[in-house]
Amino acid sequence: MRVSVETDKCCGAGQCVLVAPEVFDQRDEDGVVIVLDEAPPAEVHASVTEAAQLCPAAAIALS
Amino acid sequence: MTQTSAAAPAWTTRRATGCPFDPPPARSGLLGREPISRVTLWNGGTAWLVARHADQVALLRDERVSADNRRPSYPSLSAASEATRAHNRAFITMDEPEHNEQRRKFTGDFTIKRMEALRPRIQEIIDELLDAMEESGPPADLVTSFALPLPSLVICELLGVPYEDHAFFQRASAYLVDTRSTVEDALTASTELVEYLGDLVERKVSAPGDDLLSRLATGYLATGLSTREECANEARLLLVAGHETTANMIALGTCALLQHPEQLAAVRDGDPRLVAGAVEELLRYLTITHMGRRRVALADIEIGGTTIRAGDAVICAGDLANRDPEVFEDPDELRVDRQARRHLAFGSGPHQCLGQNLARVELQLAYPALLRRFPGLRLDRPLTEIPFRTDMAVYGVHELPVTW
Repeated sequence: MRVSVETDKCCGAGQCVLVAPEVFDQRDEDGVVIVLDEAPPAEVHASVTEAAQLCPAAAIALS
Repeated sequence: MTQTSAAAPAWTTRRATGCPFDPPPARSGLLGREPISRVTLWNGGTAWLVARHADQVALLRDERVSADNRRPSYPSLSAASEATRAHNRAFITMDEPEHNEQRRKFTGDFTIKRMEALRPRIQEIIDELLDAMEESGPPADLVTSFALPLPSLVICELLGVPYEDHAFFQRASAYLVDTRSTVEDALTASTELVEYLGDLVERKVSAPGDDLLSRLATGYLATGLSTREECANEARLLLVAGHETTANMIALGTCALLQHPEQLAAVRDGDPRLVAGAVEELLRYLTITHMGRRRVALADIEIGGTTIRAGDAVICAGDLANRDPEVFEDPDELRVDRQARRHLAFGSGPHQCLGQNLARVELQLAYPALLRRFPGLRLDRPLTEIPFRTDMAVYGVHELPVTW
């Protein structure tokens, strides 16, 4: 699994950080998403998939 | 609102007697029968009422759908909200790219990290309010003794608004969320509130503190990046949204739990993980933003077998999405141990609630603290005599008489 984000679309809702804190964080200054692990291990794939689904701005892409 | 139809039923928020937690009976059956239907609004215009979860998520994320309430066909809530829409000119009623530019002035103040760091202070406020409630009762009105002062104190500290002015801004804010307010009363309340907040932000330019409005004052007003009017409108949005919503979730959520003793016991005795899930479930089940997310289509959009035409008004009824059996099993059941995270209580799309993680922390701390402090908590009046907020922009209870 590869994780990529469109930071322009990110609205800083923080859903991804709530669901998959191992993989996502937020910039302190504006809450925009930071990807901590672009190729996360299998054990967090389910939560990363949920984070992508929950993202209100559809800013997370998985491949 | 490009067409009118005598057949379209009127928009209503009236609930069935004895079912204060369920969506209005006028909309029951729409999910299965007519997922996209027409409703008539207070001013005689019509709007598309979107029922299904998937259709709402698609529309709310769609850039061809506008949140700009200055558009002629925008489905406003009431005459009062239409009259005050100039004051509503804040990121919540802007489209991209302006929306996200403006919203990002504030997103840094609402990150998960910042909200988590507030936990000890919020717990302290909760404990003090519960101490006072215990000393002066029973009985008590849960709204005035706990549900309203808690989020009000928290948002005041976060924004840097003096809490001693709460009688003023709570009264003004109540006019703004009441769909029955006269145009005159709503305009007066709204103008007083933006004047008050404009003055406050201006004072913070020369005497800033460690709060959000001070950062707005020094980073935007003092530098000319924002006008006084823009700052005041944004402050008004954050102040009103910051306490009306969470206050009603605390009171209505408690009321709902009191009707479901097993669910209440699970929340009272649950670990933080269960409580966090229970908060999502209460947000889903109650959907206090019962007026729906209001939009205008900017292009012809095919959705759910229907074509919404450019210029048409759209209402995404979150209360129906949150009862959609395609997403939630036995959706009419309150089950605090279910996976409810996909609920649309905070909306969806780029406008999804900015303060949602503040609300989560407040609610995760408030329910268990209240239920543990008063294990014998119960309504002091039959459920049928509780005044529910049917006509307010945010649903809930006007008061919740409790004893213990």
